[in-house]
Amino acid sequence: MSKSLLNDATVLARRNLEHIRQVPEKLTNVTVQPLMFVLLFAYVFGGAIKVKGGGYAEYLLGGILIQTLAFAMMGPAQTVATDFQQGVIDRFRSLPTRRSAYLLGHYLAEMLGAILTIVILIGTGFLVGWRSHADVLHLTEGILLLLVFASGIMWMGLWLGVLVRSPDAVMGIGFIIVFPLTFVSNAFVPIDSMPTVLQWMATVNPVSVLIAAVRELFGNPITPVTKHVWPIDHPVAAAWLYSIALVALGWWLAQRRYRARTTD
Amino acid sequence: MHTTSAPPHADDAARSSVGGVTTTGLGKRFGELWALRDLNLAVPQGTVLGLLGHNGAGKTTAIRILTTLSQPTEGTGTVAGFDVVRDAAAVREHIGVASQQATVDGLMSAQLNLTTIGRLHGLSKSAATRRADDLLVQLDLTDFATALVRTYSGGMRRRLDLAASLMGTPEVLFLDEPTTGLDPLSRTHLWDMLSELVRGGTTVILTTQYLEEADRMADDIVVLDHGRTVAHGTPQDLKSRIGDDRLDVKVASADDVARAANVVAPFADRAPALDPERHVITVPIKPGVRVVQVVRALDDAGIDAIDVTRREVTLDDVFVTLTGAKPVDDADEAGRQGQERKS
Ligand SMILES: Nc1ncnc2c1ncn2[C@@H]1O[C@H](COP(=O)(O)OP(=O)(O)OP(=O)(O)O)[C@@H](O)[C@H]1O
Ligand SMILES: [Mg+2]
Repeated sequence: MSKSLLNDATVLARRNLEHIRQVPEKLTNVTVQPLMFVLLFAYVFGGAIKVKGGGYAEYLLGGILIQTLAFAMMGPAQTVATDFQQGVIDRFRSLPTRRSAYLLGHYLAEMLGAILTIVILIGTGFLVGWRSHADVLHLTEGILLLLVFASGIMWMGLWLGVLVRSPDAVMGIGFIIVFPLTFVSNAFVPIDSMPTVLQWMATVNPVSVLIAAVRELFGNPITPVTKHVWPIDHPVAAAWLYSIALVALGWWLAQRRYRARTTD
Repeated sequence: MHTTSAPPHADDAARSSVGGVTTTGLGKRFGELWALRDLNLAVPQGTVLGLLGHNGAGKTTAIRILTTLSQPTEGTGTVAGFDVVRDAAAVREHIGVASQQATVDGLMSAQLNLTTIGRLHGLSKSAATRRADDLLVQLDLTDFATALVRTYSGGMRRRLDLAASLMGTPEVLFLDEPTTGLDPLSRTHLWDMLSELVRGGTTVILTTQYLEEADRMADDIVVLDHGRTVAHGTPQDLKSRIGDDRLDVKVASADDVARAANVVAPFADRAPALDPERHVITVPIKPGVRVVQVVRALDDAGIDAIDVTRREVTLDDVFVTLTGAKPVDDADEAGRQGQERKS
């Protein structure tokens, strides 16, 4: 076999991009939706929530970046579930392609979407008053962290897509997981404003740690931590650990489930 | 036009000298149910095998195993000289598959569907485009080449699926009920196309529920019933075993059925099949017998024949003649087998 895995994966990734060209609405949840979130939160909550050490826009961006990327899990989940439902997967499986090319192709296409999301969010943030107060090195580390986290999210999404029996199930399951995780966190309000039980939950929530890490790397305000556990006290180190672990776990789960589902 | 003929691939070491398709004791079990049992095939290169059977007979199961999509529970198989389990990757390089539900991508144009598959076959961009255009012409889809496939009619999707299966210039082509949903013209067109491929050396395995289709296309026919091979031979073999045309004689009352069977017996070259519930006697008539002779004989015997119809042999007749009984309804049969196993 002279063809490489990467060749097969990029051919398959192009297929996703073609779908987007045909149905541009597919892109709204990674473009218009986050943009709307930034504007809504910045102007609706911006006046009510006071954050020490900076304006609300500066506080908001880290939260909204992580939240949007977390919700992006549903994209790959839905496309993969649809492929399985329509039997397209059998066509690819009967071709001389590497087994792992299929998921890898989806991953590559979804990562392009994630990059677009990050660019749009940072651009909109800039418009509503977000500024970075970090040097280029930290800013770059922040962006890299976002990309690694997005990778983990995409592999979890691919796993979800192979797991469910129908694409309709994706939305429900996705919301049940992502919604509470991103809202019971420091994404939109400082943790010290919450009731004690929620303070604990938000403190140990890995999403809070990731958001705190992004804020720190971007040189944006970090609100005081009320409960002390190692990850939230060392957000950057912990966020890297969490993100890498998420990539490894998602990748392993997705491959394993894909293998199981395509063996009968 | 010989662009669709299979090129020789004589370079592989793992390959047995026999091309085509062979299977030995191939079987597949889903839980308690044997979907396929003890399938033995020897399909020489450049010939057509027809897998014939009703719903649930095991046709798709056989195709899925031979195209490496499914693992056999028992037995072995080779395709183009490669073992379907051990050399699955090599098998995939030499086959084309058109599955029962056309698996084309609705959100891409026909052209892109084909070039994507071509690229996955390892063709260069320009080679994939050339091959795609060629196949779009052959399958009469050029007018819709750039239209989104989800706007296609069922028959167009099937034709595109067929084109997709030919993108890799396969040595062995698997077609699961390829003519389902095609109008008579497209059907004839497809048959012609397959004949040309076979002349070029391609081996074809196709499934069908229609005897006439297997008869017309196949060099060799395997009749499957609940996973088992109930008949295996050339169309001529089968013809000589099951006879030529059938005459359905419907009489007015149940009492007349046995009597009518006696009257028509001299015109039959094998035992007539009786259906007392529907008052129908199916007569495998001798060559040369004319309908009017039978009608006259019935009339002379004073039997009230409501209807006498001459028709070609169907798959049902094959089952009736070979197994002596009409195939039992699928659900009943599955239920009965389940109970037998439990007791
Ligand atoms: N994945 C599966 N799990 C369980 N049972 C299955 C599976 N696939 C097929 N079967 C069963 O195996 C039997 C044979 O199915 P198969 O699809 O091979 O039939 P077929 O001859 O292709 O029928 P049709 O003409 O309806 O396409 C059926 O009883 C079917 O219910
Ligand atoms: Mg079938």
